[in-house]
Amino acid sequence: MSEFKIVGKPIPRHDAWSKVTGDLKYADDFSLPGMIFAKVLRSKYPATKIISIDTGKAEQLDGVRAVLTAKDVPHNETVTKFGQSTDVGKGFEGLYRVLAEKKVRFMGEAVALVAAETEEIAEKALDLIEVKYEPLPGVFDPLEAIKPGAYLVGENNTNIIGEFGCHQGDIGKGFSQADTIIEDTYKVPFVDHVYLEPEAGISWIDDYGILNIRVSTQVIEHFRDVADVLGLPHNKVRYIGTMMGGGFGGKEDITVETYLALLTWKTKKPVRLVYTREESILCHSKRHPFVMKYKVGAKKDGKLVALDAELISDAGAYPYLSPWVTLYATVNAAGPYCIPNVKVKSYSVLTNNTFTSANRGFGAPQPNFAYESIMDELSHRLNIDPLEIRRRNCLTTGKALATTGQVFKTYVALPEVAEKTWEALGESVECEDENRKIGRGLAIGLMSYGRMTFLHDSSRCYVRLESDGSVLIRSGIPDLGGGQISLLCQIVAEELGVPISHVKIYHSDTALTPLAGTTTATRQTYMSGNATLKAAREIRNRILNKAAEILNVNQDKLDIINEKVLVNYDPSQYAPLVKVIKACNADGIELFCEAQFNAPSTIVPNLSNIRGMTFPDFTFGAQAVEVAVDTETGQVEILKLTTCYDVGKAINPFSVEGQMEGGSIYGMGYALTEEVIMEKGVTMTPSFAEYIIPTAVDVPDVKAILVESGGGLGPYGAKGIGEPSCSIIAPAILNAIYDAVGVRIKSLPATPEKIIRSLKKITLKNKIYTR
Amino acid sequence: MEEYKIELTVNDEKINAIARAEESLLKFLRRYDFTEVKCGCEKGECGTCTVILNKKAVKSCIVLALQANHKEVWTVKGMEKLELGRKLQESFVNHGAIQCGFCTPGMILTAKDYMEKNPIPDREEIKKAISGNLCRCTGYKKIVDAIYDVAVEHQK
Repeated sequence: MSEFKIVGKPIPRHDAWSKVTGDLKYADDFSLPGMIFAKVLRSKYPATKIISIDTGKAEQLDGVRAVLTAKDVPHNETVTKFGQSTDVGKGFEGLYRVLAEKKVRFMGEAVALVAAETEEIAEKALDLIEVKYEPLPGVFDPLEAIKPGAYLVGENNTNIIGEFGCHQGDIGKGFSQADTIIEDTYKVPFVDHVYLEPEAGISWIDDYGILNIRVSTQVIEHFRDVADVLGLPHNKVRYIGTMMGGGFGGKEDITVETYLALLTWKTKKPVRLVYTREESILCHSKRHPFVMKYKVGAKKDGKLVALDAELISDAGAYPYLSPWVTLYATVNAAGPYCIPNVKVKSYSVLTNNTFTSANRGFGAPQPNFAYESIMDELSHRLNIDPLEIRRRNCLTTGKALATTGQVFKTYVALPEVAEKTWEALGESVECEDENRKIGRGLAIGLMSYGRMTFLHDSSRCYVRLESDGSVLIRSGIPDLGGGQISLLCQIVAEELGVPISHVKIYHSDTALTPLAGTTTATRQTYMSGNATLKAAREIRNRILNKAAEILNVNQDKLDIINEKVLVNYDPSQYAPLVKVIKACNADGIELFCEAQFNAPSTIVPNLSNIRGMTFPDFTFGAQAVEVAVDTETGQVEILKLTTCYDVGKAINPFSVEGQMEGGSIYGMGYALTEEVIMEKGVTMTPSFAEYIIPTAVDVPDVKAILVESGGGLGPYGAKGIGEPSCSIIAPAILNAIYDAVGVRIKSLPATPEKIIRSLKKITLKNKIYTR
Repeated sequence: MEEYKIELTVNDEKINAIARAEESLLKFLRRYDFTEVKCGCEKGECGTCTVILNKKAVKSCIVLALQANHKEVWTVKGMEKLELGRKLQESFVNHGAIQCGFCTPGMILTAKDYMEKNPIPDREEIKKAISGNLCRCTGYKKIVDAIYDVAVEHQK
């Protein structure tokens, strides 16, 4: 094929118009006749026994249709793989408990469900449910919870739910060879996804007795878990995923679906449930806090010789995806560097805080903050330029990941992306104001795209070419706003030579669309993109085969452009696409195809020493920032932000830039302002007024630089960008703060208070020395 | 809860409706199927519920429905009826300024309100104007680009 017609072009998204006119119906915009409303009663305490629940008064309230507690749930406790299908051992399974029964583990935990004729009645009913609690001490610090004798969060005799490690070389010998050693502990907090669309859904039983759940979710495969809870066969539960108002990993686990299913099954009526913002912040998953103890040794010339990391993550009240996230962090712990001696040990520990699970980056941003801060420390200590020290240590094509030894057979865009992003900062800004200090920071990183290879991931897509040349796609792919469905339309339009306006996609329906797997792990461009490409190419092949007959030319001389199958060296020789389709139909040649794409498969690694391939591939990136720090208020203003990633191939540059720009700001919030503060398990930041995310006035104009090496495993050499794009920015900002005011903040967020306190410490120290 | 008959114009069409005493304009509009007005926090902190009420962009979750009696309300669905509205919609689409789209209705209405009152295009002023509309997906850059381009054209 010659040059691309549609792929690689910044075209408007497939779903853009319906969003900008307000026509698109999100999960909460859908109603059914006879619909009733659900509300959830949540625990008053983070750790408590439940002595009794009396729902009598609530049930008697006029307009209440159902009040359910744990005893009403057919299978209140299941051991689940959280949306995965491959069996990879007990380490990755966990307890999914629908409603709290004898013991509560966190303050947002659901205790009872109500369905009533109006939302107001449902809320009143919540107040009438009488729960007798007996609070328990609880444990809220993973460093305490990990100790023997600590308060036990669950029903096991330890709070540790995951233990991972990897090592190579000889760590002792490595440190003995070091000219300088840095030892430090870095901490990152709970953060929330705060997608603008709160969790929402509606369920009903259709004419065939099938339980339908229309919900904002990244994983429609949960229909199996919901069916298991209700004791229904899997084919009696249907998930219809809506276009989401954001996901970021927070809609990766089951949110409202089980509650909806139970209430609809009980009342036989359509039920709607939508969370308030406060409820959402209180009870859905959070990003894992980590306490990261690092010891890094380097030679005088900056070459790294040894890295020892101990990572402890707060799993919160229930496992969910904590073991997975901790495994990711373990593999990512040494970053994109060549280090001969490495030892990493990671723990995932239960506490009575809100449970933690997937959040964009999934265990990669946390160690990145630690190791990139340390690289910056080293560059200052050894007086080596921050770009240069990374040049001397970074991975290149053919080298191996320092933690697991996975060899990079595809192109590694280092130090290229670091050089480009650092250069793009341009001339430094001058500042006259002595209370405003300017500084610059650099960070590099890597993050996987595609799921862990021992999960044996696959995706499916169905494509059909209609008689009039229009096209229909069916894919289970959920769209969280990243352009997932638009991407598939672009690929099909390119391969079949039709305008993109002629392509229609049906998506995210477990009954009617082939399952494409989760919209998580930055996997959809790679997995569903490839499945769609495979299906489209098969149809293209059949068309070209028939056209070759019609035009009496070799198939390899043909192309499909703008609905014409033409001879590439003489476009005046062509057959209209519809004519070729007609000929195929007449000959019984099928012009539809469902294709499956399989990711590379490996076996479950030895979790105490994870070696070899764990991910199909990685995306490499770098970010650079110029900041102004106000030394009187501690306020940090970001003056310039550049970001450079090797995306392989930008199938839609708008979408890719959008991810890089948006990801930078998502990470900027992590660096400077965002923290879900929990005091002894009680969330103190339940609204946008306390949980601060960047607004339009807080952000610089992000400069996104795309490198397209073609080295990815996705369609046309594409890589994934969704999560990598937010995983590197935090240390870039904190390194810039250090450059500006000499203050090394070792815990996120770098709030003005922290900066001022650190500045005061330094000033005080200086005063003492100068006396 | 007490109920009152009200009449108002929404997107240039008159409606006679019943509003409850404690009901917000947001809840009222969504109850009458104007589901393009989104609910992100119900506390006036996120801006997804922005509508234009008598030529002023407001957060409908902290305005009472009764306050809209005899008044004119515009939601994003009405923008196609107005030249500036249509231009903004087109610009957002053509700049790739829409990802999940949940903030988009509020953004467009805030932008329209701002541009009608501020004829001189200025990126920093645009950022201030939309600072009450949170976006979690885009990082705001393409949204500002989209509004700025319409502002430049609008000025001519």
